Amino acid sequence: MNVNFSEEELAFERDVKAFFKDKYPDDIRQKQDRGINLEKEDMVRWQKILNDQGWAAVNWPVEYGGTGWTPVQKYIFANESAANNAPAVVPFGMKMVAPIIYTFGNEQQKQRFLPDILASNVWWAQGYSEPGAGSDLASLKMRADRDGNEYILNGTKTWTTLGHLAEWIFCLVRTSSDVQRRQEGISFVLVDMATPGVTVRPIITIEGEREVNEVHFENVRIPVENLVGEEGKGWTYGKVLLQHERTNIAGVANSKYRLGKLKERTSKNIHGATPLLEDHAFRRKVGALEIEIKALEYTELRTLAAVAVGKAPGPESSILKVKGTELQQALDELFMEAAGYYALPFVRDQYRLDFPTDDKIGYSTETRSALRYFNNRKASIYGGSNEIQKNIVAKHVLGL
Amino acid sequence: MDFSLTEEQTMLQDSVSKFIDNDYDFEKRQSIAESTKGYSEEFWQTFAELGWTSVPFAEDDGGFGGGPLEIMLMMEQFGRGLVVEPFLANIILVGGVLRRLANAEQKEQWLNGIIDGSKQGALAFTEAQGRYTLSDIITTAKADGDNFVLNGSKAVVLNGGRADFLIIPARSSGKQRDEDGITLFIVDAKSAGISRSAYQTVDAHQAAEITLNDVRVPAANILGELGKAYPTIDAVIDEATLAASAEAVGIMQTLLLKTLEYSKSRVQFGVPISSFQALQHRMVDMLMGCEQSKSLLLWATMANADGSTEAKQAISAMKYLIGTTGRKVGQEAVQIHGGMGVSWEMDVAHYFKRLTAIELLFGNADFHLDKYAANI
Ligand SMILES: Cc1cc2nc3c(=O)[nH]c(=O)nc-3n(C[C@H](O)[C@H](O)[C@H](O)COP(=O)(O)OP(=O)(O)OC[C@H]3O[C@@H](n4cnc5c(N)ncnc54)[C@H](O)[C@@H]3O)c2cc1C
Repeated sequence: MNVNFSEEELAFERDVKAFFKDKYPDDIRQKQDRGINLEKEDMVRWQKILNDQGWAAVNWPVEYGGTGWTPVQKYIFANESAANNAPAVVPFGMKMVAPIIYTFGNEQQKQRFLPDILASNVWWAQGYSEPGAGSDLASLKMRADRDGNEYILNGTKTWTTLGHLAEWIFCLVRTSSDVQRRQEGISFVLVDMATPGVTVRPIITIEGEREVNEVHFENVRIPVENLVGEEGKGWTYGKVLLQHERTNIAGVANSKYRLGKLKERTSKNIHGATPLLEDHAFRRKVGALEIEIKALEYTELRTLAAVAVGKAPGPESSILKVKGTELQQALDELFMEAAGYYALPFVRDQYRLDFPTDDKIGYSTETRSALRYFNNRKASIYGGSNEIQKNIVAKHVLGL
Repeated sequence: MDFSLTEEQTMLQDSVSKFIDNDYDFEKRQSIAESTKGYSEEFWQTFAELGWTSVPFAEDDGGFGGGPLEIMLMMEQFGRGLVVEPFLANIILVGGVLRRLANAEQKEQWLNGIIDGSKQGALAFTEAQGRYTLSDIITTAKADGDNFVLNGSKAVVLNGGRADFLIIPARSSGKQRDEDGITLFIVDAKSAGISRSAYQTVDAHQAAEITLNDVRVPAANILGELGKAYPTIDAVIDEATLAASAEAVGIMQTLLLKTLEYSKSRVQFGVPISSFQALQHRMVDMLMGCEQSKSLLLWATMANADGSTEAKQAISAMKYLIGTTGRKVGQEAVQIHGGMGVSWEMDVAHYFKRLTAIELLFGNADFHLDKYAANI
């Protein structure tokens, strides 16, 4: 055990730093730093730059175009990416469906889907939740009925993040109701969203933006080749994916970056006022949060190290999800507290690049703070709510 | 000690409560909030006709002669209905200053319009650097013959964009955070040198950034004495803190009710989610938070109504507790609603946002805990 980086690791860190300095587009950096929403085009462009470098698929096996990095390399990369405030990859293709395809898919599916995910040519959405099936995912009702060489899909998926921008969606669907356990009879299918019968309707979230959707399927016909793995085994695959998703949600590197920003922002002295960071009560809260983040950073490193020696992320990933989202939300609260009255303005236009700087109200970190706080209450709800994670830990880690 | 209401108080409470039940459902509230004005002029007139806008004013001024208790009863109901009409800004903040300081002429010119609902006002008590320190004022007022010249800027002024007139605290002498040397000026919002940029706030209320560039104000527009405004501002913000906290308590109780209802109807794993003990305990915590908050609301309101020496401590204690438990109650309500809790179409999301905004108004939990702890 050793807390320091080796020579090779230090060299890798220098490479990564140089890459971000040279290749991270300035316009995207500006938008990110000013809290302006990215266009799909921005995110795709950045992913393609990463892909040209061979760094798009951090976790994939080398044979499919992954990096083959050690946990420490992944850690270094994640930190540099966060330190530059670079956009995180939209997870649904790269981090969610791809691992299912390369683990459980057939050769033809791998060849057909993985290259386009790697190059960000095709965007994916995740179709798990339904109006009646949230925490109790296994109660899902969307059907896939076999008809010759096709499945006919009928049902509704909801909360589909970025579904309006995606070309494909992966869904858990019911292929059989004649089963002993509800988890049986669920299959994992891939659907081209341009197929007739698919409609996407917006759901506006609490802060006023379109981020999620309801997706309806009415007699949507897909070829049976779009079934991944065995019919009726989708639940098992989906569960593996959820564990990947949970490890991803923790976002420790990003929390570290934001904590740094919070300290920077609150140590500024405006118009003769004492910087907030010098306020004893506030400073202690920042300190306490920094300690928690440090602890989670090491917890994550330990999990990654275990994965590196061949263990799939197990129920322990739930711990990362719960703690990680709690810390993100604690940061949201501190940013909002720091903004004080300036958390209140709701001026959507000022988050556009062409909005005149003189007319801006407060700093973007201030005026977005409440909106972000509201929106990010989702973090303890999605990816399996934190209550569900605790149920999993109680059952599978503590054996209760 | 007596927690019962007088007949008059009960009638007032009932009349607001009926209005909320009959005329102000969530759909209506949303359509008002999303209109250009951001409030209903028609309802504002109704408020005036029913006498609500006159409640805290003396009978001699054409008011109802009510005090903090009456305001509390109304604000709780406004919280329950998530009312966006600018009662706090006009009646409590602006009205609170005018009631105390305006002379007969000034009352005639400004206060009457507030009471009869024909005028909108704003008290510009916040500056960007000041956070919650009311004496932190760098807007200057320089005497020039019979006039004063104001320069500076005011931040997040509630109701500032649509106000017909503004009450502006400015420094006529002293240093940045001195309590002495602050003067209140009342000016037409369209006076030369005033520029305003109005916007909606995250809780569907409205505010504005206000810049004062060589604004000339006649000395006759000073409210009260030159340089002696601080105690009035402080007292008015105390009342506003009480009023906003009463609204917060109304919101918290509503969030609890809505969460209970939702949890009983939402079925997962074949049972209502209200049957999970993990959630039951949290709803019990919400209830305890509501009750504790209501208790301090009553204590602080009664103490202030009596002019008790404890009043300031009580107000800080209350705002601290409502700040911390309100945050908890709001977060739990959203969490227990799952994805629905973060949807624009759901009322709880909007109750949560208003509750959060109140947490940030007039001093957050840290600020009031500091104030309280300094005097234990
Ligand atoms: C912004 C956002 C984006 C999302 N993106 C996607 C997406 O892209 N794809 C997708 O498929 N889904 C997505 N989801 C859906 C998400 O996974 C669900 O919201 C989540 O699983 C919770 O389900 P629910 O909203 O139906 O809440 P419910 O399941 O109704 O839960 C309500 C409350 O009850 C609690 N609860 C439920 N069961 C138990 C129990 N047994 N014990 C204790 N407490 C319990 C929950 O924790 C929660 O607090 C997204 C959700 C949000 C909010």
